[in-house]
This record gives sequence, C-alpha cells and structure tokens, in this order.
Amino acid sequence: MANIDALNATGAATASVAPRLSDGPRGPKPKSALSPRNIMLYGTLLIVSIYYLLPLYVMIVTSLKDMAEIRMGNVFSPPVDVTFQPWVKAWAEACTGVNCDGLSRGFWNSVRILIPSVLLSMTIALISGYTLSKWKFKGSEVFFTILLVGAFIPYQVMLYPIVIGLREVGGFMTDIYQGTCGLFTAAEGACRGRVQLFGSLSGLVIVHTIFGLPINVLLFRNYFASIPDELFKAARVDGAGFWGILIRIILPMSLPIIVVSGIIQVTGIWNDFLFGVVYTRAESYPMTVQLNNIVNSVQGIKEYNVNMAATLLTGLVPLVVYFFSGKLFVRGIAAGAVKG
Amino acid sequence: MTNNSVEIRDLDLHFGAVKVLQQLNLDIHEGEFLVLLGSSGCGKSTLLNCIAGLLEITDGQIWIKGENVTWAEPSQRGIGMVFQSYALYPQMTVRGNLSFGLRNARVPKDEIERRVSRAAEVLQIGPLLDRKPAALSGGQRQRVAIGRALVRDVDVFLFDEPLSNLDAKLRADLRVELKRLHNQLENTMIYVTHDQVEAMTLADRIAIMKGGKIMQLGTPDEIYNRPQNLYVADFIGSPSMNFIQGKVNGMTFTAGDLSMPLDGYQFSGPQTDGQTATIGIRPEHVITGELVANAPMRTTVNVDIVEPMGSDTLVWADLAGKPFRIRMDGQATVSHGDSLEIGLDLARSSLFDTQSELRL
Ligand SMILES: Nc1ncnc2c1ncn2[C@@H]1O[C@H](COP(=O)(O)OP(=O)(O)OP(=O)(O)O)[C@@H](O)[C@H]1O
Ligand SMILES: [Mg+2]
Repeated sequence: MANIDALNATGAATASVAPRLSDGPRGPKPKSALSPRNIMLYGTLLIVSIYYLLPLYVMIVTSLKDMAEIRMGNVFSPPVDVTFQPWVKAWAEACTGVNCDGLSRGFWNSVRILIPSVLLSMTIALISGYTLSKWKFKGSEVFFTILLVGAFIPYQVMLYPIVIGLREVGGFMTDIYQGTCGLFTAAEGACRGRVQLFGSLSGLVIVHTIFGLPINVLLFRNYFASIPDELFKAARVDGAGFWGILIRIILPMSLPIIVVSGIIQVTGIWNDFLFGVVYTRAESYPMTVQLNNIVNSVQGIKEYNVNMAATLLTGLVPLVVYFFSGKLFVRGIAAGAVKG
Repeated sequence: MTNNSVEIRDLDLHFGAVKVLQQLNLDIHEGEFLVLLGSSGCGKSTLLNCIAGLLEITDGQIWIKGENVTWAEPSQRGIGMVFQSYALYPQMTVRGNLSFGLRNARVPKDEIERRVSRAAEVLQIGPLLDRKPAALSGGQRQRVAIGRALVRDVDVFLFDEPLSNLDAKLRADLRVELKRLHNQLENTMIYVTHDQVEAMTLADRIAIMKGGKIMQLGTPDEIYNRPQNLYVADFIGSPSMNFIQGKVNGMTFTAGDLSMPLDGYQFSGPQTDGQTATIGIRPEHVITGELVANAPMRTTVNVDIVEPMGSDTLVWADLAGKPFRIRMDGQATVSHGDSLEIGLDLARSSLFDTQSELRL
C-alpha cells in the first residue's frame, strides 16, 4: 500500500516536472562570475574597504605592542610580543590633570549622559512627531517649520546663549527650590542646596535633548505620515485615544524608525565633543573629551600604544551599535526618509 | 420622536477657504440603506467622516438616534466604519482586530469572545481568526473590516467605498453579501461609492452629491426614471442619456425640423408655450426592431458607429444633427452607413428647463 502511494507520488512529481523540462531552459542566462562588471564592482569594494580598514588595523596592532617595539618603526607589522598593558593603562591608569583613573571615569560619565539624553530626546521626538502627523492642530505646520529651521542653525551660534540659558534657568529653579523647600522638609540646612544646570551632567542632558529634537521629530513625523490615516481613523472609531493609538497601534509598527533614531542619537551623543567641553567640568567630562586630554597631554613621552587603545575604547560603543543594527538601520532609513 | 436614525442639519464644513460641504440637510431613516453617490471630490467621504465624528464640523448639527452627537467622540456615536483600504491593525490577529474596540470599551472577556465568534460566523471568517491581516486576501480583509463594526453592535454602519479595491468578480459577490447582511441585521447603513451599479443595487435611497450639495435624494427608481435636474440625469445611467435642446409648445417638443409628441409626459407644473427646454432620452428607451410599429413616434436615423458589447450593442447614430446613442440587443445586425428606423416614447423621457436645469 505505502509503496504504491509512494510510487504514485513520484509519478505525480515527475509528471509535474516533465512539462517544465520539455520546455527547455528558462530564466535569464547565468552570468560568469568573472565578468568585467563583477571585477569592477568587487575591485572597487575591495579598495574602499582596504582604505577604511587599514587605519583600524594599524591602530589595533599598535595598541598591542610595547613602546620599544613601536620605536622600531614598522607601523604595519604585527606585534612580536602581544601585550594588553596599553589597554589596561588606557582604561584604568592614564592621567588627565590630577585624575589618574584612566578613561573609565569618562566612560561612565558618557554612559550617564547617554542614557537619559537618548531616552528623553527620543521620547519627546516620538510624541511630537506623532502629534504633528496625526493630531494636527492650528499652527502645527508652522511649529514644524520652525523646528526644521532649528535643524539648520549651526551649533556654534547657540553655544553662549545656552550657557546663559542654563545658568538663568538653574538660578530660577534654585529660587523656587529654596522658596518652597520649607514646605516639604524642616531639616536644618536643607534649604541651602542649589539647582546647578550649567556645568553639570543634567545640563548637558538637556542640551543634547534639545539639539536632538529637530532631526528626530522630522524622522518620526515623516515615518508616521506614511502610516495611512484610515488606520488612525479606524482606531478612533474603535474608541482609542491619543495614548491608546500611540501605544497600541503606532508603536508596534515603528520599530524601524525607533532603531534609526536610536542609532543617530546614541552615536551622535557618544561622539559629541563640543557640548561636553563647554557644558561640563573636568570631573564630569564625557569620554571623548577625556580621550582628547589623554592623547594631547603634553607632559611625559607620547605613548602611542596607550593612545591607540584609548581611541579604540572610545569608539567601541558606536562600533557595537552599528554592528548589531546595521541592517535595521538601512531598512528604517528607507522607510522613514522617502515619504514626506 | 421621528423614526430617523441619522439627521444632518445645515451642515457646513470648510477646510480653510475651501467650502467642502455647504448647508447640507439629510434625514436617514431607521434601518435604511442610504447610498451617497457622486463623482470624485464631491465631498462624500467628508460627509461620512463628519457623521463619524472624525472631522470637526464648521457649523450645523448631527443627530443620531435622537441624540445630538455633534460634539461626541467617534466611539460614543454608536457608529461603525469600514474603510476603502480596510485599515486593519497590521500587528494584531484577526481576533485582535475584531476585539480592539470592545477591549477599549472594557467589555468583559466572555462577552467579547461571544461577539467575536458570532461576527466570525456571520461573515464566515471563523478559520481566519488567528491570522494576521497580511495573510488574508482582499475580500477576507474587507470581511474582517466589516466584522470590526459588527462586533460593536452599532446602530449605524458607515462604509467608505468598501469594495473599490477588489476585483470585479469579488466586488459583485461581496455586494450581494452586503445586501444579505443588511437584510439580516436591519440597521442603518450609509454607503459611499462612485459605482452606479453598487448604488442602484444596494440602496433603499440614493443621495446624489455634487460640489458638497445633495442634488437629488430618492429611491433608485426615482433617480433613474425621474431625475430632478440635468446633472443627475447625465450622471446616472451608462451609457448616459441623450440630450437634445429645443422648445416645448403645448404637448410637442420641437428641435430644428424635428417635432416630437409629448403625449403621456407628466409635467411637474404648468408650462409656458415656447419654453426652451432640453429633452433627455435614455439609450435603452429607444425602441428598435418590430416594436417600432407601435411607438408613439417614429423616425429614421443614419448609423455611424456600432459598439458590440456582448449582451447588448451600442449604436451611435445622428438625430437632429447631434450624435444620438441607441442601445440595441446583442444580436442586432447593423453597421456603419445603414439607416435605422427607431421609435421614441417621450412619456419615459425627461424634460429640463435649459436655464435652471430643473425638471419640467
Ligand atoms: N484635509 C483637507 N484639506 C483641504 N481640502 C480637503 C481636505 N480633505 C478633502 N479636501 C477636499 O474636499 C473635497 C471633498 O473631498 P472628499 O474626500 O470628501 O471627496 P470624495 O467625494 O470622497 O471623493 P472620492 O470619490 O475621490 O473619494 C475635495 O475637493 C478635496 O480636495
Ligand atoms: Mg472618498
């Protein structure tokens, strides 16, 4: 019984293949792997990747050599004696100013800046983009235009006004705090605290949040604009409100754009140097600023291996981010950027 | 109390300077299937969105079931809406889609379950309940979209061109199903379309819209046989009506050297002699073949173009110097250059005042 079934099955299979075979070959002609086009394409790709990978290679091998070996001058040769001492030193021992605890301090500062800045700016941008695309109000277009203009104003112009802004807002909040603190606590000395925005991590977080807004609101708005209005109307008829629609309909569809925005914000804020220098003090410098201070320190001899290790360490976060989300990033860019 | 399900009073809707709806009044009866028909951009969807509460109206009032809902939220109006693009929530299963509204309204779980399975049964989508919308065909998606309104036990169904994304065959099938559904549920349905066949077959009454106004509201029969103005006469019917301009003298219509008896035509009011008028004659009301002998009026025309369409044949001829369309049956054997004997019964025609474009 089973055999007959099997036979029938093969019979049916060959029967369905037969007409296709008798038709002769189908589909486009297979191309040779070594066609001129492929040689050009892969040749170019190879050259470009060498161009970008070579510096990375040099940095890695240099960071694994000791100073004696570096002085011999063979930049491209692999290390004879692999040593991780430069990495340890860069992370935990290198000195900037009076502090000799390496990049680790900067790393944690950067993390403490990065996480709230990214969360805050993305949350605000997402909600604004959602409002501007699906809950248009009188003047929402004007609002959006202003925001766009904001994206094109050079940062440098705003540096000093923001210093003043942070100082004044901090002062104002201090006044409120000191004026009202008796209401909440009677402890001796409780009212002498100050709200310090300028020069503190929280000030820098505010700055990053504000500067991240224009581009991210634009991204989110355009992405949401591509979600059909009818979907949104259907949800309203079904009784979902502003937050209900956002959380249960829009958010589950938004992974690609959240990834894009996340990458832009994480790498942008991590790589920031200017705001870090201007708006914080030495003990709370982010990693990039500290890296600069280590690499450019004028005292003592230049330790190339430590510098290389420090640079690699600093670049690690964006590198990891790109590595794990590259594909999603491309997809999200394509989804968000096209439609206006 | 009236037995009106939906009442629209003096509705105005402006988008900035664009007045999309103006002073619109419409009463829709309990359990009625009303079709809003009109060409693209005439404001059908806008009107529907106003009824649904998805657009903030500029002026006027909307009443549903004797309650003023002008400012009520869409979900509080007792309406369900079905969209052209289906608008299913892509990340939810069919079950999730159907129950979303009920979950928002905090209906108890077992009640949700009961209503979902009942709707699934009515619409025959039971086996699809655990699929995502992406894994459904167009017709199935539209059924789910209808189901989403069905589960909420609404008083009024609003449809915005629900079938226009489907192919012709499926459209015809779903049309019949919609009619069956309406007979079964007996609730009010307001249905937007620009497909005349859908309108004629589904509607209890049709509202023909143009430029944000209702040109005529009536049963399909009234709309087809007694159009109240030139626009409606021209809009309804395919191929459309033949129009000839001329004058009315007593019970005779004259156009050039052609004079036609109007015996049996029911004027809506007294006429002045010599009134300039436009007569509209439907191509399918032109009498051909053996029946010509009995026609109240006979004439001979020259055949210009013949378009065979299978079930019938459209003949373009020449009458009073103007192209004149005649619908003959599919077997007709006429060709270019033939002269054709036709009969006209003007009792079935429509006469319009040329100036005001209103029915005489
Ligand atoms: N948000 C808007 N802003 C300005 N004008 C609008 C807006 N929405 C619609 N309109 C205009 O209102 C008019 C009516 O639009 P509506 O969508 O109601 O037409 P419709 O009858 O549904 O047409 P269709 O059959 O093409 O769907 C159109 O002229 C359109 O351009
Ligand atoms: Mg429409």
